[in-house]
Amino acid sequence: MTELTTVEQILERKSHPVVRDASAAPTEDMHDRLLELEAKGEIILQRIKGDYVEFPTKYGRMKKIPIEHTWHHKSCGHCGHIPGYASSILWLHRQFNLDYNDPTDQTSCTGWNYYASGASNAVGQAAVMSRNFAAAYETGYFPMIHCGTSFGHYKEIREQLVHHKELRDEVRRILDKMGKPLVIPEEIVHYSEWVYAMRDRFAERQLVDMSPITATVHPACHYYKIVAEDAIYDPEIYGGQRTAVVTALLEKLGVNVADYSTWFDCCGFGFRHVLVQRDFTRSYAVLRKIETMINEANPDLTVTHDTGCVTTLDKSQFAAKAHDRKVGVPVLSDAQVAALAMGAHPFRVVQFHWHSTDWRPFLEKLGINWQKYWDEFQGDLDQIRAGTKSGITWQDADTPIKLAG
Amino acid sequence: MPTTLDDWNPGKAQDHHPEATYEEKERLFLEVKNDVRYKDFIYGCYECGICVSACPSARFYDFSPRVIAQAIAREDVERVYDIITEDIWNCAQCFSCVRCPRQNNPGGLVTILREVSLKNGLQESKDALQGYSRVIYKVMLKGNQVSPDMLQPDFFPDWGPWVQNFSQNMHVWRKAIPMDSIRGLTDVAWRTDRKTLLELYTIWFESGNMDIIKELDESLYDLLTEVMQEELEEG
Repeated sequence: MTELTTVEQILERKSHPVVRDASAAPTEDMHDRLLELEAKGEIILQRIKGDYVEFPTKYGRMKKIPIEHTWHHKSCGHCGHIPGYASSILWLHRQFNLDYNDPTDQTSCTGWNYYASGASNAVGQAAVMSRNFAAAYETGYFPMIHCGTSFGHYKEIREQLVHHKELRDEVRRILDKMGKPLVIPEEIVHYSEWVYAMRDRFAERQLVDMSPITATVHPACHYYKIVAEDAIYDPEIYGGQRTAVVTALLEKLGVNVADYSTWFDCCGFGFRHVLVQRDFTRSYAVLRKIETMINEANPDLTVTHDTGCVTTLDKSQFAAKAHDRKVGVPVLSDAQVAALAMGAHPFRVVQFHWHSTDWRPFLEKLGINWQKYWDEFQGDLDQIRAGTKSGITWQDADTPIKLAG
Repeated sequence: MPTTLDDWNPGKAQDHHPEATYEEKERLFLEVKNDVRYKDFIYGCYECGICVSACPSARFYDFSPRVIAQAIAREDVERVYDIITEDIWNCAQCFSCVRCPRQNNPGGLVTILREVSLKNGLQESKDALQGYSRVIYKVMLKGNQVSPDMLQPDFFPDWGPWVQNFSQNMHVWRKAIPMDSIRGLTDVAWRTDRKTLLELYTIWFESGNMDIIKELDESLYDLLTEVMQEELEEG
């Protein structure tokens, strides 16, 4: 008779780190196919120049993460509605004098629209990605993708281009009209992978004690569910059972990371829903995520690594108050947390004022006198209104400050 | 009346949409099947329900990624038409369903079904995208999905007084961002070169994207075409 598998046996098995074997992966890794296409002259494979670090992905392939000379593929949602997300990523680069390119020859991946409306097609989406990659290649900088959806979307398009010659031919025909080659980078890199790679160096320069904080992590669906084999997993984090980015950073900074049962659930963004059918978005974000986090972990903060997740989890909490739901957990990205820990100005850099769930108790728990920095920022705004200052520049924002105490 | 072997047929196709002929439904299904990605997204279905257990839309709507994978794997033309007209806009496109042990991608199938629906001008899809046209206008013309000036209290009343506060301070807040590519901009998320936008317009025309917009919203199509062609002619 077969021995029954008990819950205890399953938990015991899951308590051991997963041993990865890339050759036994259940999904196909297409990096060798990229080399073949390059050898045939079908594509240009852009290589990482300069320093990089390698980390294991879900099934054990080692992924190269460039440290600098990166072309920052910005996110519509960051730059439009949460600008402190994007400015924190660049501020972190500037703290270490890492060379980067903040391009204006970049369009949105248009993936949010595609997932929301279907009003495009495989050729159009692949051509948009390829145009952006060709633009990065022309500068000599390596693409670093800020948006989780752009990252997932581009990974999927890369697979489609590898598998379908007719798609490559059609995209190449369109790129020819712009005088651009078909370029695919050797790795598609998400900024949170760079944050993960840099976490030790961030901790060395940490100015704020983060140990009073308990945080939950929402891993972004499009980071690790689309083309699942190309996301970073670390045996030291969750035994290698979940993606390591975000959590590894928080642990390194001394944040107490608390678990909750619905970690795998999406945030409720829904792409179309968040724009024109937010009853679903609000309900899902509050009932399945925020309330569950509060009931099970009572966090001071929840941290994620994608545009839509920050927006959805943060903005959905207001209306739920009318229904007496448990809400009130501020939401930040990993990059914002790292910047804050290293002394980034809460308003000039992290731009807390773009977040709607009350973040003041979180800053107070860290011992940060947010009012002092808000007053300072109001002084900046007064000067801008008076026309004596055109705007805040990196010169105003670069220097770290001792925020706490 | 007891069920007899003659009328007991749980797999029998049911016609819930007699307004469309079987031939029309079959034509749409073949468009789905002929998509270049189709064979990458469906390999059969164990009916295990793992996709449903992970699906956010299944918790809030009468929606099942398993049914979608099943119907398409069985090539059930009638059921696929039900799905195109009733279900596809409930999907959250999170791709939690791709944990499928058969490597199916129900979310990807939904993407193809949506495209086919739009290309063929199905009214149900036009209804689902009501109010969305301004976003398509923005992303196709400006190269950004969202912009600060979209954050208005009329559009986001459920986001609370923050939106009112933001819209009153938008112009000065936007100048108080250290990134050169963002600072001061309110109608776009970041500054995009004119040459870059012309290349984007070329993509929309050359990829067949504009044909989809024409079926979805003819006035939006006319507006976009006029502006983009004028810009392209100016060079």
